[in-house]
Amino acid sequence: MATDAADAAAPTSRLDRLDTRTRVIVAVALVLTLVSLRSWVLLSAAIVLGLLLTGFAGIPARQTLRRLLHVEGFLLILFVALPLTTRLPPFLEIGPLALSLPGLERAVTLALRITAAALVVLPLISDLTPIRLGHALGRLGLPPRLVQVFLFSIRYIELLRAEARRLHDAMRLRGFAPRTNLHTLKSYGHFIGQLLVRAIERAERVNEAMRCRGFAGRFPLVTLERFGTADVGVAGLTVLLAAAALLLDRL
Amino acid sequence: MAHIPDGVLSLPVLAAGTLAGVGGLALGIRRLTDRDIPRTALLAAVFFIASSQAFSLGPTSVHLLLGGLTGLVLGWKAFPAIFVGLLLQTLLFGFGGLTTLGVDLVNMALPGVLLAAVVRPFIRVDRPARSAAFTGGAAALAVVITAVLVGVEIALSEPAFAPALGVMAAAYLPLAGIEAAVTAFVTLYLLKVKPEMIVAPAVLGTAI
Repeated sequence: MATDAADAAAPTSRLDRLDTRTRVIVAVALVLTLVSLRSWVLLSAAIVLGLLLTGFAGIPARQTLRRLLHVEGFLLILFVALPLTTRLPPFLEIGPLALSLPGLERAVTLALRITAAALVVLPLISDLTPIRLGHALGRLGLPPRLVQVFLFSIRYIELLRAEARRLHDAMRLRGFAPRTNLHTLKSYGHFIGQLLVRAIERAERVNEAMRCRGFAGRFPLVTLERFGTADVGVAGLTVLLAAAALLLDRL
Repeated sequence: MAHIPDGVLSLPVLAAGTLAGVGGLALGIRRLTDRDIPRTALLAAVFFIASSQAFSLGPTSVHLLLGGLTGLVLGWKAFPAIFVGLLLQTLLFGFGGLTTLGVDLVNMALPGVLLAAVVRPFIRVDRPARSAAFTGGAAALAVVITAVLVGVEIALSEPAFAPALGVMAAAYLPLAGIEAAVTAFVTLYLLKVKPEMIVAPAVLGTAI
């Protein structure tokens, strides 16, 4: 899990020259544009843009591929079902199954769109460490309490995961092996319950420690990032690209 | 499949979902006192861990959604907690999308929060079996409603999908059963070990 410790070790990519806020906003703007596109040519162009970005960010091809496979998994069922179920003129009939051309067209549009979106989000957002994203969201004006909860969660997930591992080890040492029966569900229920109890008790200790140190609902968000020339350039380019794509799509 | 990836939903659906998600978040954050920040964060971490763990079921495995349980333990604060979880899942595993965060948040959090509010008055330490039955039922129903919400959103965005969605929704039924059982056992456990976590007046923190 990428937490703060991984932050220092992470190799910096060329995208890191940008303010994190710019990356978040550009990613959202691009994906929203993609949602409105219908032309296959433009969507393919977006995929190429996404691939360029991924290369630019120095993301290993294997990671990109894994991410894409994951997203396409969602599509698989729909992709199979869509051409079969659309109540539009069929172009191929095999017994009870009828493949419809418009259905197939829509499925392709959707596949292109989802791929393009994943390729845009991966280099711009998924490459960030959680802490960095949390700080950027805070500086973008998300409620400080929400940002605080996010940053705290990141801090404690690793810890609670270790706690979960210990509980799991303890269960296995007592001969627990998951099966499809009520006993397994009961054991998992107790497992989650115990995890919740430990988390709450830890939260109580954390809370007391923080109050002793004068915590008043917020920590300062410190950063060296500045909204610079590169950010203005990238933001301008995004607006131009989005506008051009939307215009061409309507033609 | 509770996570809808970027690019599937149409703009009107995205806008409506995001608006509803922001509303729920605002309600949750208003109830977040300083004292609740570490609690909500740690519970968010637990739900994140528990729902990212695959539980084996026969030949396959399932991921729990735990929407009902989150609503029971956190009330409206489930919205910030689940938002945090979704953001982390997008970031670390690439589940779901960026623009669909609001929609996913509503799908996951709203059924749990509302159903938990309905059954909360029936949870009592001296009636563990009845309490567990109520929370289990709420958890199962929350899964079903989540599935229906996902289906309706996709159908509204891409009407051609509508016929396929019924089949997909049916895939949620076994999960609903598992969630019901697990949530019922968690309820029994908490009633024995730390009843104040789940019994009516003390939804963690100051106010529900």
